[in-house]
Amino acid sequence: MEKFTRLEGIAAPLDRANVDTDAIIPKQFLKSIHRSGFGPNLFDAWRYLDHGEPGMDHRQRLQNPDFILNRPRYQGAKILLARENFGCGSSREHAPWALRDYGFLAIIAPSFADIFYNNCFKNGMLPIVLDAATVDRLFHEADACEGYTLTVDLARQTVVTPGGESIPFAVDAFRKDCLLNGLDVIGLTLRHVDEIKAYEARRRREEPWLFA
Amino acid sequence: MIAQTLYDKLWQRHVVRQEEDGATLLYIDRHLVHEVTSPQAFEGLRLAGRKPWRTDTVLAVADHNVPTTGLPMEHPDVQPSAAAAKIYQRWFRCIEDPVSRLQVETLDRNCAEFGITEFRMGDPRQGIVHVIGPEQGATLPGMTVVCGDSHTSTHGALAALAFGIGTSEVEHVLATQCLVSKKSKTLLVKIDGAAGIGVTAKDMALALIGHIGTAGGTGAAIEFAGAAVRALSVEGRMPLCSMAIEAGARAGMVAVDDTALAYLQGRHLAPKGAQWEQAAAYWRTLVSDDGAHFDRVVTLDAAAIKPQVTWGTSPEMVVAVDGAVPDPAQEGDPVKREAMERALIYMGLQPLTPISQISLDKIFIGSCTNSRIEDLRAAAQVARGRKVAATIKQALVVPGSGLVKSQAEQEGLDRIFIDAGFEWRDPGCSMCLAMNADRLAPGERCASTSNRNFEGRQGPGGRTHLVSPAMAAAAAVAGRFMDVRTLS
Ligand code: SF4
Repeated sequence: MEKFTRLEGIAAPLDRANVDTDAIIPKQFLKSIHRSGFGPNLFDAWRYLDHGEPGMDHRQRLQNPDFILNRPRYQGAKILLARENFGCGSSREHAPWALRDYGFLAIIAPSFADIFYNNCFKNGMLPIVLDAATVDRLFHEADACEGYTLTVDLARQTVVTPGGESIPFAVDAFRKDCLLNGLDVIGLTLRHVDEIKAYEARRRREEPWLFA
Repeated sequence: MIAQTLYDKLWQRHVVRQEEDGATLLYIDRHLVHEVTSPQAFEGLRLAGRKPWRTDTVLAVADHNVPTTGLPMEHPDVQPSAAAAKIYQRWFRCIEDPVSRLQVETLDRNCAEFGITEFRMGDPRQGIVHVIGPEQGATLPGMTVVCGDSHTSTHGALAALAFGIGTSEVEHVLATQCLVSKKSKTLLVKIDGAAGIGVTAKDMALALIGHIGTAGGTGAAIEFAGAAVRALSVEGRMPLCSMAIEAGARAGMVAVDDTALAYLQGRHLAPKGAQWEQAAAYWRTLVSDDGAHFDRVVTLDAAAIKPQVTWGTSPEMVVAVDGAVPDPAQEGDPVKREAMERALIYMGLQPLTPISQISLDKIFIGSCTNSRIEDLRAAAQVARGRKVAATIKQALVVPGSGLVKSQAEQEGLDRIFIDAGFEWRDPGCSMCLAMNADRLAPGERCASTSNRNFEGRQGPGGRTHLVSPAMAAAAAVAGRFMDVRTLS
């Protein structure tokens, strides 16, 4: 996995609550058997005026000028500002893959759906929970000044605004460590092979019907 | 000993090791796999040169992409043979979309390569992953069950700790039989009293989500309890646990009782003989102890719940069938108001329209929430001797599995549906998420027994109203929503 340490980038405000994974990456794009290439179809139904299907050349498609990410000022944004319950719905990891492929490496919201939140960390992305009032303030600032850039420092666990304000955030120690060092979580678990085997032996005695 | 919740017991039993900060290596007993969220996980194993830890815990099935019509009548033999392989090929070729077909073929190839049991297309046991797990006895009480699919929570109806995971975690479980996780908070949803006639588990689930919201259960494992839950069959408990995820919860579960044991006894993968006795004795302990502490308790009165209909683009946007579409102008919270306004535009609805005046284009009875035999019986009871309204363009009944389908046919339900004007289809996810050919056209309005009414869920521009199977059948007959309780 790629490391995530410090990120500086334009913050794009997506002002909708309960953005679900179907909206993030519609189901017709889930048929891919690969991990990459989902970026052009991120928020497909909102981003384009025509209906998207796999295999279409996105450069030929009709962009929706009203969709926030299509505004010139948010091109190249790396941080997504979102409202509560972002990423609700399905477990599809295609959602973080699409966000990442598009260029978003951090998402700031008052709350995230559990599976989505978890999936982000597996892909070198950082979901940041800040209280609703702070997120609301960031929305207003991003809206008010073009080129609004935030700096996320994972080691220090802070989001720094252009005005120099440093906003702390919480993150689980294990996940932080994995992100900072780009660790292979499967490899880490496999360090405990003996413990897993000892556990299995015990369960086999207690619940033999689980071991055919 | 301190009193424990069912969730505490399930969690504790599966802890392989725990770090100081609570990060836990949790052992997984059953891993269900489908074609959409697994290809990248198998690819990851291959790239790292890893092998699955315990193939006997894995059961795979293709369900999301499979067609539900036009399939060969001939079913391949479950035992591998040259003749069976040919029939399998014929089944495959029925997937018209080459991208979908590749995904199903990839699952077959991966399962063959890694030695994983798969119910392939054409196998009579094939069906929606969350229907076949319990049906086969692949889901047992006391298990941890995972699948790369959020509605894995369904399996909690059998007192399993069941939850959805992403593709990276699918790979992690394949490689290590474990997951790194942290304990959730607990939410007890007590549904007391007795539900009225025509009020189903689906209505209880929607009423709950209407009450606590789609983020109401975030970070929590829900235990459903109370007299109304105890009175449900296991098939009735599954929609409740299925919809726990729409309440934002990580998992949903119901304690073991006689109903659960009776459901399991004799199932293909359930223990037999002396082992059954031993298992049943342990399973009986899988209940929350008296006085166990829950982080939060929500109580509902089943008798006060009416048949529910969603009006918007989130399952929390729901009202009783005798109610009306709400007016955003009455909503104080600006974020909520905007979401309501947006939903009404998408759904093509005016504030204050009575639900019973909303007419429909299509009907979908199916999905892992409501495609089991009981669901089909409830819908057939309404459809019997009636006709689908002439204004309905299409009414689909999609059984959850091949076995549900043949059971329904033995009971003559297929005839009732066909005579009434419904289409009787083959098993799969179908119009629940429209990854196959079954979908809504832009602007079409559907009464659906599935679990999500998100924008475009059933097809781009499609408008979904979530209801119970009986309500969907009643809507088919009336051409608009009607209170199933008023049907004689
Ligand atoms: S029926 Fe619908 S919700 Fe259930 S697994 Fe299939 S797509 Fe997902």
